[in-house]
Amino acid sequence: MKGATSTDSSSSSSVAKSKKPVYSRFSQQELPANRLILTPASIITAFIAVGLIFIPLGLVSLFASDSVVEIIHRYDVDCLPSEYQNKMVEFIQSSSTKKTCTKSLTVPKQMKSPVFIYYQLENFYQNHRRFVKSRSDKQLHYGDKNAISTCAPVAQSTDKSPIVPCGLVAWSLFNDTYGFSVKGKSLQVNKKDIAWGSDKNYKFGHNVFPENFQKTDQVGGAKLDSSKPLSEQEDLIVWMRTATLPTFRKLYGRIEQDLQANDMVTVVIENNYNTYGFKGTKSLVLSTTSWIGGKNNFIGLAYITVGAICLLLAIFFILLYVIKPR
Amino acid sequence: MELQNSNQSSSSFEISKGSTLMQEKHGMSQRICHKIMQFEDNLLHGENPRLIYINDPRRTNDKYEFTGNEITTSKYTVITFLPKNLFIQFHRVAYLYFLAIAALNQLPPLAVFGRTVSLFPLLFVLCVTAVKDGYEDWRRHRSDQKENNREALVLHGDRFQLKKWKKIQAGEVVKIRSDETIPCDMVLLSTSDPSGLAYIQTMNLDGESNLKTRYARQETVSYVSEDPVSGLIREDSVSGLIRCEQPNRNIYEFTANMEFNGQKFALSQSNIVLRGCQLKNTESIIGVVVYAGKETKAMLNSAASPSKRSRLEVYMNRETLWLSVFLLVMCLVVSCGMGLWLLRHTEELDTLPYYRKVYFTHGKDKFKKYKYYGIPMETFFSFLSSIIVFQIMIPISLYITMELVRLGQSYFMIEDRHMYDSSSGSRFQCRSLNINEDLGQIRYVFSDKTGTLTENKMEFRRASVYGKNYGSSRVSDSIEGQGTAAAKAVGRRRWKRNSEIAFDNELMELLTKDLAGDERIAAHEFFLTLAACNTVIPIPSSGRSSSCTGSESLNVETIDYQGESPDEQALVSAASAYGYTLFERTSGHIGIEIDDKRLRFNVLGLHEFDSVRKRMSVIIRFPDNSVKVLVKGADTSMFSILAKDSNSNDLVRHATESHLTEYSSQGLRTLVVAARDLTDAELEQWQHMYEDASNSLADRAQKLRQTALFIESNLNLLGATGIEDKLQDGVPEAIEALQQAGIKVWVLTGDKQETAISIGLSCKLLSADMQQIIINGHSEEECKSLLTAAKDKYGVKSSNRKKKSSTSTDNTENNHLDIPNDTKSSNVPEGCYGKEEVNASLALIIDGNSLVYILEKNWETDLFDIATSCRVVLCCRVAPLQKAGIVDLIKSRTDDMTLAIGDGANDVSMIQMADVGVGICGQEGRQAVMASDFAMGQFRFLKRLLLVHGHWNYQRVGYLVLYNFYRNAVFVLMLFWYILCTAFSTTSALTDWSSVFYSVIYTSVPTIFVGILDKDLSHRTLLQYPKLYCAGHRQEAYNMHLFWITMCDTLWQSLVLFYIPLYVYKESTIDIWSMGSLWTIAVVILVNIHLAMDIQRWIFITHAAVWGSIVVTYACMVILDSFPLLPNYWTIYHLAKLSTYWLTILLIIIVALLPRFLLKAVHQFFWPSDIQIAREAEILRKQGSHLSSKRNQDYPS
Repeated sequence: MKGATSTDSSSSSSVAKSKKPVYSRFSQQELPANRLILTPASIITAFIAVGLIFIPLGLVSLFASDSVVEIIHRYDVDCLPSEYQNKMVEFIQSSSTKKTCTKSLTVPKQMKSPVFIYYQLENFYQNHRRFVKSRSDKQLHYGDKNAISTCAPVAQSTDKSPIVPCGLVAWSLFNDTYGFSVKGKSLQVNKKDIAWGSDKNYKFGHNVFPENFQKTDQVGGAKLDSSKPLSEQEDLIVWMRTATLPTFRKLYGRIEQDLQANDMVTVVIENNYNTYGFKGTKSLVLSTTSWIGGKNNFIGLAYITVGAICLLLAIFFILLYVIKPR
Repeated sequence: MELQNSNQSSSSFEISKGSTLMQEKHGMSQRICHKIMQFEDNLLHGENPRLIYINDPRRTNDKYEFTGNEITTSKYTVITFLPKNLFIQFHRVAYLYFLAIAALNQLPPLAVFGRTVSLFPLLFVLCVTAVKDGYEDWRRHRSDQKENNREALVLHGDRFQLKKWKKIQAGEVVKIRSDETIPCDMVLLSTSDPSGLAYIQTMNLDGESNLKTRYARQETVSYVSEDPVSGLIREDSVSGLIRCEQPNRNIYEFTANMEFNGQKFALSQSNIVLRGCQLKNTESIIGVVVYAGKETKAMLNSAASPSKRSRLEVYMNRETLWLSVFLLVMCLVVSCGMGLWLLRHTEELDTLPYYRKVYFTHGKDKFKKYKYYGIPMETFFSFLSSIIVFQIMIPISLYITMELVRLGQSYFMIEDRHMYDSSSGSRFQCRSLNINEDLGQIRYVFSDKTGTLTENKMEFRRASVYGKNYGSSRVSDSIEGQGTAAAKAVGRRRWKRNSEIAFDNELMELLTKDLAGDERIAAHEFFLTLAACNTVIPIPSSGRSSSCTGSESLNVETIDYQGESPDEQALVSAASAYGYTLFERTSGHIGIEIDDKRLRFNVLGLHEFDSVRKRMSVIIRFPDNSVKVLVKGADTSMFSILAKDSNSNDLVRHATESHLTEYSSQGLRTLVVAARDLTDAELEQWQHMYEDASNSLADRAQKLRQTALFIESNLNLLGATGIEDKLQDGVPEAIEALQQAGIKVWVLTGDKQETAISIGLSCKLLSADMQQIIINGHSEEECKSLLTAAKDKYGVKSSNRKKKSSTSTDNTENNHLDIPNDTKSSNVPEGCYGKEEVNASLALIIDGNSLVYILEKNWETDLFDIATSCRVVLCCRVAPLQKAGIVDLIKSRTDDMTLAIGDGANDVSMIQMADVGVGICGQEGRQAVMASDFAMGQFRFLKRLLLVHGHWNYQRVGYLVLYNFYRNAVFVLMLFWYILCTAFSTTSALTDWSSVFYSVIYTSVPTIFVGILDKDLSHRTLLQYPKLYCAGHRQEAYNMHLFWITMCDTLWQSLVLFYIPLYVYKESTIDIWSMGSLWTIAVVILVNIHLAMDIQRWIFITHAAVWGSIVVTYACMVILDSFPLLPNYWTIYHLAKLSTYWLTILLIIIVALLPRFLLKAVHQFFWPSDIQIAREAEILRKQGSHLSSKRNQDYPS
């Protein structure tokens, strides 16, 4: 009708004149629809289903988490010579003090390779806004030395030349080092591929070399080998992935060798990093992994709890339905 | 007051304001008066008239530059668009809020987000609005241009030349030809009709399709005319001076006088043609422009009706205040925490690796502070920056979302085929986009009667002539009756009306007798009055319509009566049926054909109907030179001015009165007809008064009324008429359904008590077993006693609140406006089941007079008590202002929502006063529609509008608001918990873009679609069980209680959102962006599943919107993670590889929604709501029928 030619224009005009809304299931709000209601049956089914899914998942997670062997050793206080117990900051800032410290750890259970080495800091606000923002991704990627506008307060060195990599984050790079040996035989620590491949390959420039780094009045942490491009400075890349919380771990390296139960691992720690200034702690963590990541009972417990609650609720509703049907 | 309807009553409405305002002003609360004032403001500008020199535009525009005829409805030009549009946009508080936040973010110490990111929301909204405004304005430009470039004939020298509309100036003389549109307001000088008559159609102005007559003054007609041969016009003949009032928007009044050729005479509304009208049935007219361009009445009237705000939005604003309090508290916590943290670490601030007070370099920057301004300032800045981070706690986007949702809802209301009126071809109209959800909470419906409940198609039913009753037995088939007088009459008739009129044989026989005897003469004069005393225009149509009488039909010429009042049309048609056919009307005389004899009567004067006199009269000189005044009017106004001398008169009078009672008890509209002869002396005196009155500029209406009062006295009663006003389709059913839905229907009508009651009965508003409280006192005392008697008799309780109000009335007697504040009470708790208070069998009938006394004397509370305890209230004989007053009575004393529905100009004040105004696109013009928020074709659609669309819209918007509060708050709270773990430094783990996209892209679309499309119940169920509407009365979809439950739920969900990932990734290597990514996706999935849980009806669009949003969010995150320059580069890929990520999300969703699900389940198990029950019944029934039909298919019986 609408495409009517001029011959039946009268009828087409009469069609146009009628303002009656054209019928469509959409405009009349009659589109096919699914409507759900919470019948007792559907409620009970839902609870049972959640319970039945969650409890096995929880058990599996708990099992996985249980298989992870983890050694945590806090060393910031232990590695302090007794004479510096009350002068911690002085100790760490002095260049003359001996910072090396040797500790031995017992392996509780067999740790299968790879054994991951982490350092764990506490009370270090890597997520502080003033810290998080103090970096220049442009500089890291392109090597544009002057892209330092976002890097204050560590943008320029003492002689006013731009720092690469600039910013508080890079400046505060962690600089403790660990050496491991078992039964007098030193363990190889693999520090390759501890950072994300994407960061290494794309985000951090292959042609960007450190410049003027740590050449400020205050030295924040580790120095970088200025002959290596940023993309190969994996410790820096790991550090620059700032942590979510004030307590965090960062990957230090891997021991690609199984550790047997009751082995004594001797760790030689270069205790350089100043956490004493802000009452932070430092720990060394050795851990294996499973599919769930590190040791983490929370997921498993949470899943089991929620599953159990849901099953209880299902029982509650079944009883309700039996006792007082609607 | 409604006896003569439509335009007259609308014009009388204008008049009535002047007179009744004084009496009513005191009784009426100030705001009505204020509202009315805007109509009022233009009435008297007599002191400063506008001078128009005819055909001398230069002199006219010399002293004061009058506006040209160019109209600009567009707001912008290309140059002014940007600044002006921005200026207008920033008038909205929401945008200012955006702007303030964005500006704060630009300050260096506060830069929480990147510069561009922070501007994004503002720019987005600005751009969208600007594009919309720009498009609309472009369309306006085009239509303006089209309008301005139309051409009209304007007098130049001695001939007419085409000139563009926009060039026309006041004072110019313009010629309009038939079917052309009139370019500006003009005073008629002459027309192609020798008597100076012109017909115009005012469709564009007031929507009335009938023709109206306009006259050129006889004084000018002869002078201003084109030479028929040369088409020239004598220039010197066209000169004169018009003194008229300043431009105003009253289209029913025009006061001016004209000096022409040394004569001075008055001009009135009937001498002016207005812009936008069309010339019909007239070859051409010549007129002088008095108002042009935006000063024309049409343009002055195009202002939009005042915007209303929905009740839900008012509540929403209250809750928004609460949200602001939350926001403030959160910001205070953050800033105090910041202050304390800084205080505790004062010593270390220079050495912390993650916090710097000073620059590390030598030189001039040495020891220079790095963005550090001392602890108090830092605390303050942290307060400001937390406002920036938490900005979406105040759901500004909700206002924009709601606009979109309402737009969508109104689309569905407009498109609803069940609300299309095929008889008038009118769709439902949404004229206001702000109050859709109010339709779901209406408690009082105030309805006009005529044209709203009834069709306003009048049919002449009964006549009482000289004390004798006719038409009691309807002889509709009399035409076929052989040998009857009626048959003869048909044969005699040459004029044919389109509609058949059932007439009475007896009366017809009486008319066939010779003209002798009192009764016969009375009958003659009776029909003469019906034919003459009106403003109907007969339009003979040449087309020969074939009529039912077959062969004779060839000679039958049809005549079409165009009138402003349907009553008059009915009367004239009736007169024609009885052989008194009005066939011609000019300004000076009328032609009536009586029994084949064509007679011409000179009309000496005409007093139009007005609401004070409630009658109209014509003074006619008969061909035999005798002069008579013929009057018709409402019975109350007529009986007082009848001659009281003779006995026979008294007899007739009593008989007629009893007939009138009978008629009105049948629901007929009655009119009384009377006449008398005028003596020469009377005539002369009257003529003197009449001329004086019509020539005066000020107080003309007043003076004319006095003149009319003088002439309309001592009349001889001729008879009375009864006209049936048919009920519209489905009115009783609609009213019944509305009452079942707990809505109180009040009828406010101008009709008299008996008529009102009878209509009330016929539309099932009243039932026979109802006890009627009738208050129709003629004095204050009477009213008061009736009121108190009613109160005592029916035991209307004055509850505590009412007592309190009455005491406070005593205290603050002169300032009763304060009372509503503390007596405001909602009937909500009573609910629909609170019928125990509302006595089912009480009906209040009150008339306008009593209302005046009651409203004057501050007995409003008493009236209110009684009225609210009655099930039905009928107000009869009420003036337009009183209608508004009654609406205000309810509105100011309760929190209940009111809806006014009407079709005429007399309902405008009521429609504007009520919370929701509904206009009926009826016969009474478009005034009501223009003032309304919604307009529709039939009263019965109200049922569907309220019960179905109102219910849906209310449920939708109520949920939408709660959900939006939740959606934003859960996000903000999640950010808040995190900030507590970042040394109060307002770090956001989420990327800047994600924070901005969250409310704009990630979660906005599903809410909009759900707000538009979700339906809890089908329209069938809703119409079947009107009680479901009570959910709106109980504010089930949105109330404080729900708000707080939602907020508790929000708190729980935000804690789950924050702490589950925190514990899962405790002491792990996770970085801030991975965590942010997890939080982003978790919150988006959570709020979408939360929404999904509450969606009642899944259609593919909802599926697409909900699941699509999650997909879009993932897509956005992938895109955002693909820029190596952003610190969050490639995060999502690393994260999603690990099963922990997915397990965490699953855990979050289940744990977060568990309490809500449980609450819902328990609530539905133990305390199912009506809606819930109806819904289950509906779905189960459907499944059942589905199953059974399946079974039938499987096992064919």
